Amino acid sequence: MDPILTAHVHEPNSYTLDFYLQHGGYEALKAALAKKPDEIIELVKASGLRGRGGAGFPTGMKWQFVDKKIEPRYIVCNADESEPGTFKDHLLMERNPHLLIEGCAIGCYAIGAKVAYIYIRGEFFHVQHVLERAIDEAYGRGFLGKNILGSGFDCDIYVHRGAGAYEAGEETALLESLEGKRAQPRNKPPFPALVGLYGKPTAVNNVETLCNVPLIVLKGAEWYASVGPEKNGGPKLYCVSGHVRRPGVYEDSMHITLRQLVEERGGGVREGRTLKAVIPGGSSVPILMPDQLDIPASFDAVQKAGSLLGSAAIVALDDTTCMVWLAENLLHFYRHESCGKCTPCREGTDWLFKILHKIERGEGQMRDLDLLQNIAGNIAGKTLCAFGDAAATPVLTTLKHFRHEYEAHVREGRCTLPASWRARQPVGAH
Amino acid sequence: MSFHPKMAYDATFHRSSRQLEDEGPPFAYTPENRARFDAIITRYPPDQRRSAVLPALYLAQHQQGYITANAIRHVAALLGITRADVEDVVSYYTMFYTRPVGKFVINVCRTLSCAVNGAERVTEALRETLRIAPGETDAAGTFTLVEVECLGACDRAPVVMVNDAWHESLRPEDVPKLIDDLRARGEAALSGCHHVVEGKSR
Repeated sequence: MDPILTAHVHEPNSYTLDFYLQHGGYEALKAALAKKPDEIIELVKASGLRGRGGAGFPTGMKWQFVDKKIEPRYIVCNADESEPGTFKDHLLMERNPHLLIEGCAIGCYAIGAKVAYIYIRGEFFHVQHVLERAIDEAYGRGFLGKNILGSGFDCDIYVHRGAGAYEAGEETALLESLEGKRAQPRNKPPFPALVGLYGKPTAVNNVETLCNVPLIVLKGAEWYASVGPEKNGGPKLYCVSGHVRRPGVYEDSMHITLRQLVEERGGGVREGRTLKAVIPGGSSVPILMPDQLDIPASFDAVQKAGSLLGSAAIVALDDTTCMVWLAENLLHFYRHESCGKCTPCREGTDWLFKILHKIERGEGQMRDLDLLQNIAGNIAGKTLCAFGDAAATPVLTTLKHFRHEYEAHVREGRCTLPASWRARQPVGAH
Repeated sequence: MSFHPKMAYDATFHRSSRQLEDEGPPFAYTPENRARFDAIITRYPPDQRRSAVLPALYLAQHQQGYITANAIRHVAALLGITRADVEDVVSYYTMFYTRPVGKFVINVCRTLSCAVNGAERVTEALRETLRIAPGETDAAGTFTLVEVECLGACDRAPVVMVNDAWHESLRPEDVPKLIDDLRARGEAALSGCHHVVEGKSR
């Protein structure tokens, strides 16, 4: 499939309004404003668009659930792209920011919101500049602000910069952060569609999700659903990284297989190395083994194979990767990022990291393996948000597929891979 | 059976060490920053001034280099919330500094995709070149070295962020040259994000 969302991202000035207008920009907004808001929601529902942030929840349903009796309502765009291995929204915002702005405006019109906040992670400072400049341009030509294109519809978009918290990517934690508090999740229900930002009905959507909306309005729900397998329609951005020759963002339909993404698009592993494992959806999802990759990289197919598509962050790992080290690396991440609200996660991630560190150093005991399993099982499903399950996953999945590596660490009292192998050499050729 | 492993809870893990001992000099926004603040506050509903706490803190940090107790007081007064509310936020988010930092804060991404591409060695090279450990600032106050979690640039691993700008695909052997360049040319020495570079070069 030819790229759609990223068709022009590598051309100069692709981020400017003039470039965007030359390529059919804001036509979808015009078309949307000629319809009724409910028609837009029905259209998005019919298209089957599923959220691109990780959960794959149908966007049209989310918008329908927004309580239309309460004013004001909000669209909040989740641009806090922090899942390890994910860098697709970054590309969209930096090289095609007007697509996101158009998607936000259509979303606001559909749910009857007048304000959209784009919550961008603090580390994307250069992206924020591009986005804010694009928003200014859009105001200047009447695509944002009061009485947009003479339709009587008002819409303001503001960029809100985060300050370094992975947990802010969780939708209710993001709302807390936007309200000027710590990014810690709320108890659900009520979901943001009923009680969201400032207690008002709110739709929280990922950047890539909103970028798909203009396509649906322009080309129709039927066309959109026909791109890709049933219930997994539309173009999808995949982030391929790790031990591949050509890491990058690749756009395709969800017919493409994980193997094609790793070996054809990503260029496969280095000369003389073999593929050991693939994480198909960011660090929070279970590992797939090399013989499990001949499946479509769709939400449903990856779930059927025992993992999740998540944010479509595909991390390939070759035979130089020690899986105990991998679990330790990821638990360092989760320990650091745990927001501290729920005890099982706050304490458990620390315990897991320390035990993994001990095993990786060669000071572990066999019973530590059961202890890991036990602690991980006592975090997953026992926290307010999905972070707990995410933090337990790297431990459980490496124990499941690579228990022998853990045992070898304990038995031999050291990491069993040659020191010169372990995560030492740059791979990507740029 | 107890599930509780025997472990020392050391001060390095718990964030209780992040106290604001530093009152700092008297703090108020410069007129420019006050104007910026007044513009930012209009983005939020009038009864939700607290929403502006992150941008308000960024302004204070850019003005003074780090967040002091006096800066917290100023921000709290402007937003109509308590000092504790502001300190709560400052102590949670990693991008706010409560101690003076170097002119260049070098953040090395240490998470998976960067790690499998040699981020550990980049950190080692930085330690050797700067003669400081992660978390420390050199004696001249020029460089601070920090290890951070995923920066979202996994296709150009290993990536480092210097202040607010990126430097991509940094190899350990290139570290001494980068440090020299930073001293000589400042942030112009950085590669920047490759998307920005693509946009400018053609």
